[in-house]
Amino acid sequence: MSAPECAVRNGRWRDRLVDVFIARGHIVDLLPADPSRDLGHLDCIDAHGALLLPGLIDAHTHLREPGQEYKEDIASGLQAAAQGGFSHIMCMANTDPVNDCAPVTEFQLHKASATHPHGPFLHPVGALSKGLSGKELAPFFELAEAGCVALSNDGIPVADNHLFRRAVEYSTGPGLPVIDHCEDPGFSAHGVVNEGLISDALGLPGQPSIAEAMQVSRDILVARYLQIPIHLAHISTRESVELIARAKQDGVPVTAETCPHYLLWDQECVRGYNTLAKVNPPLRTRDDVLSLRQAVSEGVIDILVTDHAPHADFEKDAPFAQAPNGISGLDTALSLTWSLILDQILGIKDLCRLWSFAPASLFSLPVNEFCAGSPADICIFNPDDSWTVQAKDLASKGKNTPSMGQRLSGRVQAMMVQGRLVYARE
Amino acid sequence: MHWAHSHLLTVSDLSADDIHTVFELAERFAEMAHRPVKKAPALKGKSVVLFFAEPSTRTKTSFDIAAKRLSADTFSLAQSGSSLQKGENIKDTALTLQAMHPDALVIRHTVSGAAQYLSRILSCNVINAGDGWHAHPTQALLDGFCLHQVWSSFAQRTLLLLGDIAHSRVARSDVELFHKLGVQLRVCAPRTLLPRGIDNWPVQVFTDPVQACSGVDAIQCLRLQLERQDSGLLPSIREYAQVYALRPALLQLTQPEVKILHPGPMNRGVEIESSLADSSKSLVLSQVSAGVAVRMALLYLFLTQSPKE
Repeated sequence: MSAPECAVRNGRWRDRLVDVFIARGHIVDLLPADPSRDLGHLDCIDAHGALLLPGLIDAHTHLREPGQEYKEDIASGLQAAAQGGFSHIMCMANTDPVNDCAPVTEFQLHKASATHPHGPFLHPVGALSKGLSGKELAPFFELAEAGCVALSNDGIPVADNHLFRRAVEYSTGPGLPVIDHCEDPGFSAHGVVNEGLISDALGLPGQPSIAEAMQVSRDILVARYLQIPIHLAHISTRESVELIARAKQDGVPVTAETCPHYLLWDQECVRGYNTLAKVNPPLRTRDDVLSLRQAVSEGVIDILVTDHAPHADFEKDAPFAQAPNGISGLDTALSLTWSLILDQILGIKDLCRLWSFAPASLFSLPVNEFCAGSPADICIFNPDDSWTVQAKDLASKGKNTPSMGQRLSGRVQAMMVQGRLVYARE
Repeated sequence: MHWAHSHLLTVSDLSADDIHTVFELAERFAEMAHRPVKKAPALKGKSVVLFFAEPSTRTKTSFDIAAKRLSADTFSLAQSGSSLQKGENIKDTALTLQAMHPDALVIRHTVSGAAQYLSRILSCNVINAGDGWHAHPTQALLDGFCLHQVWSSFAQRTLLLLGDIAHSRVARSDVELFHKLGVQLRVCAPRTLLPRGIDNWPVQVFTDPVQACSGVDAIQCLRLQLERQDSGLLPSIREYAQVYALRPALLQLTQPEVKILHPGPMNRGVEIESSLADSSKSLVLSQVSAGVAVRMALLYLFLTQSPKE
């Protein structure tokens, strides 16, 4: 075992105070905290009793580069990731040009390593179809070789069942998991809010909740028929949860994700044409929120993701139907999740599972289980540090979050990736 | 006369007292239409921008005439022929207009919430002349005023809204207004043209016009956008017309003194048989006249009584 090079002192891990010793980017030892311990020459970070969490993994983010750097670029997105406690993030392919070929993937990886050589680390998700057109498969082997870790048509769901089936089959060649945007595009009919009370009141086209469930049903049938795993993106409705729970009981190889915003906020946030709460899938009913909370705590939903979708202020400052979909999520994800712990919906173990262990396992990324040999990806999180969300405090260029101006409990104090400090709050 | 509002965005902005204030004033202004000189100096020196980013004949002309009868100056802006057509966003267009210091801006837009959006960024009074499927408060006020002129009271009255409810800003605003006035409300349409949450509206819901028309005191026919057939909401315009158009057989089921309304523009033979549109029971042209009076009342209230003054 290598001699320790640095340490995190006095951090709380599983209800006890510990000192964590690190060498060559990995944890080499974990000992009960001892203030009298002489750490000699070691570089030390004192956590002052704050929680230690494994580095979070966001399997669903949008970084906008190449093409829309005014919304976000890879440098600002990774900075937001560091500030949010993330050590690895996966970026979706709906850039301009679309990430459907090796040069785009390589460009993104180059920009990431040039701006954040020590992490957080970027893992591109390749397009499922060329140009996200839903008509022709993208070159999966080429994308895998360039560094993509998964495939998805996120943003523009694949309506063609045959093409989707072929994509799922072909993805097994390079061994990349398929992430599906669960929306039947014919049935969602360009709805911009949840169909029902809110669409009626605001006179906006509604997106029926079962537009999502229809695509979830399709995906479950395909996964069962082919016996190939499919990962279901940003689940938002009770109907979907019920279908996924039943499929899992039947042994169908599907996994699913949801986002903090679907666990916290319902369609009422949209009243007054609040474009900061405009997101796709739309915020649903309170009943859907309660169903998702239960599904997350019971493991029906496997992982949490941000679906970080940054937009410029001037784009969101528009009449509702003309504003783009999306909530900026990297900076606030952990604080929002902490509110679920305060509400006793989740425990800290659930948080570690949903944000780190499970996504690492699903997408074959490094997992930190806080034992000797684990990568030293450590988020130091102070649950007692409450803060009011202000634009100036978000590292993302996207300030588009319904939590703007809200007081949140708990904040990332520092972030370490592979033993290096990549963020420390001043 | 008390008027506490800076903007008129939806009927929900108004109390029943506010609505009656508008009616009282409109009654006085309606009389002006019969004078040889149809002009009063009440709004002399005031400027009103008519920003119609969607085609309109009666609403735009109605506001224009209403403003001019009270001696205000009006300035028209349409989507075509404006910088919007060059890709300018609505915010920049509105701020440009504001820099010219109008006293009020009347907005018609295809996007729901456009008026509310402008009210947040402009300092002048904003009056919603119809936004998307959301609201058309001045239409509801004129419909209410029109029936106020022929009914002694709204109590015990039943109004049926017949036609495309789901995509109708008139339906949403009429339901709000007449509910506030104590009118019993019914809606009738094929299920594909009823909104998903209709059970939460303060209305009785029908899909059969024969049942819906029984015993009603007034029927507001709503326009059917003919492209609804293409989007799969109807099998054919012909079938819709055969079942849902207001026709003499349906009228026989109503109260004898029934009143027929239509906010226009009408598709004769689709929502209403042509003879009924022109019959003695029809208030369609009265609605147009009422519209001018109601809009005069509103402009007067906003430009002389509003807290922004």
